[in-house]
Amino acid sequence: MTADPKGVLTGVHFLDGDHAACEGALAAGCRFVAGYPITPSTEVVERFAQRIPMVGGLFIQMEDELAASIAIQGAAWGGRKVMTVTSGPGLSLMMEHLGLAAITETPCVFIDVQRGGPSTGLPTLPAQADMMQVKWGSHGDYEIIALCPDSPQECFDLTIRAFNLAEQWRVPVFLMMDEVVGHMTERVVIPAAEDIEITDRRWTDKAPGTYRPFDVGPDGIPDMVKAGQGHRIHVTGLTHDERGWPAMNPRQQDKLVRRLTGKIRDNADVLTDIREENCEDADVIVVSYGITSRVATAAIQQARDQGLKVGHARLVVTWPFPATRIAQLASRCKAMVVPELNLGQMVHEVSRAVAGRVPVRLVDHAGGTVHDPQVILDRILEAAR
Amino acid sequence: MARTEIRIGGLGGQGVILSGIILGKAASIFDGKHATLIQAFGPEARGSACSAQVTIADDPVAYPYVRNPDVLVVMSPDAYKQFVPSLKPGGMLLYEEELVTPTDLPDGVKAYGIPATRIAEELGRRLVLNIVMVGFFAGVTGVVSSEAAEKALLASVPKGTESLNLGAFRRGYEHGRRLVGGD
Repeated sequence: MTADPKGVLTGVHFLDGDHAACEGALAAGCRFVAGYPITPSTEVVERFAQRIPMVGGLFIQMEDELAASIAIQGAAWGGRKVMTVTSGPGLSLMMEHLGLAAITETPCVFIDVQRGGPSTGLPTLPAQADMMQVKWGSHGDYEIIALCPDSPQECFDLTIRAFNLAEQWRVPVFLMMDEVVGHMTERVVIPAAEDIEITDRRWTDKAPGTYRPFDVGPDGIPDMVKAGQGHRIHVTGLTHDERGWPAMNPRQQDKLVRRLTGKIRDNADVLTDIREENCEDADVIVVSYGITSRVATAAIQQARDQGLKVGHARLVVTWPFPATRIAQLASRCKAMVVPELNLGQMVHEVSRAVAGRVPVRLVDHAGGTVHDPQVILDRILEAAR
Repeated sequence: MARTEIRIGGLGGQGVILSGIILGKAASIFDGKHATLIQAFGPEARGSACSAQVTIADDPVAYPYVRNPDVLVVMSPDAYKQFVPSLKPGGMLLYEEELVTPTDLPDGVKAYGIPATRIAEELGRRLVLNIVMVGFFAGVTGVVSSEAAEKALLASVPKGTESLNLGAFRRGYEHGRRLVGGD
């Protein structure tokens, strides 16, 4: 199906990433946001609160991030497409309810505009240090999907994709922005509504009485109903059976948790999105994501100007990690360089996928600004030797 | 592969960020180029140091920050003091000449002044000083076309203020053209 024109601000705009992400959510059909505004993500919900009365929907400013991250799940089971928006300190508070969304397979989108941490850290300055938290921050085995935009245009495009993936796979989907992308203003093209593909919820075609909320077909993903329309549903954070009723035994635990993780892990290759440039004959491949990819682009250009064969693999989807493709790339280059605005997070995933085939060099940064391209260039030059 | 890096500095409330938005919009929407705007401001709503970084280029902008601007536009003495050391050698300074007195200019810098506040007051609203500076920028540098800048301006200012703002833009533009010997 295509987007509802009511939410689509078709045209060519000059928007910052936060505002563009908000427009992406509206275009995707998001009609409920609960949030607890926090720098540098505030502009996303500020715009949503301003726009949603004209589109039809609801924004609630909650008492804290725990409340925000649970309110959206109630609204999702009431039939809405939903989102919450935060930054590091708020993200930490949302970890409990992230697990609930994972075990109840509630389609929902979390936008995390990353800032320097730990704790309150650097409220107005960038980092990319929440990458592992979204994957591992809630307890138990679970899977999420995470997307990393590097421009306001991608904040728009990837927010729509985040909603579509949440509906398709019934997992929490994260848009991993950062302060620079959030507050950077560039041209953003918003297409006509009929040119925006939207994934509808997996509504059941079963009648009340025959529907079981966690029954799955061959793809391992259950269909949903709207609460209150006559179907019997039970949604719990306890390990549950196909009816949704608590079934706390090793057999059901094994069945449920393997299905929850398997639906993403078994499809990691399908979900892979790497933008590759000049990787075919590269001696050194820079693996990057988010804002750092733009800084890396500047460094790579300088290296290529010096005659070095340097490729760029930009991860648009960081979770599930595209291990298969990274291993393939590693089999034909001499070294990989991984710049990130943290002291080493996704580099461990790269190393795991590369499995010793070639050296993997981290270019770390504690956050607060972006890398100096010269530092990335120096590491590329070292790696090329 | 032309690339121009611009820093606009002044005080919160002077319209520094809006100046950056108009330049970026003019270049990226109406001149068919690429533009990236980064803004920095203090926690105060008014009166603190405020600056906009705009990169305008023929190709997509990769590295988004402006470190050594080709053009520095300043509307306050503090902004001049803070940012002039970063101005690229041989770069260009555009300044509000009744608020800023350029001293210790880096080698080879071309400096152009305009009494933007006085012009804005003559037009009836001191508030449009930033728009006079935007016009001045377009007139002196030609980095954005006047047609594009006027379209971006009209798309960015509140309804009912269009003619005031257009007037401010044109006064700044003409002043700039005169200084560089254009028509």
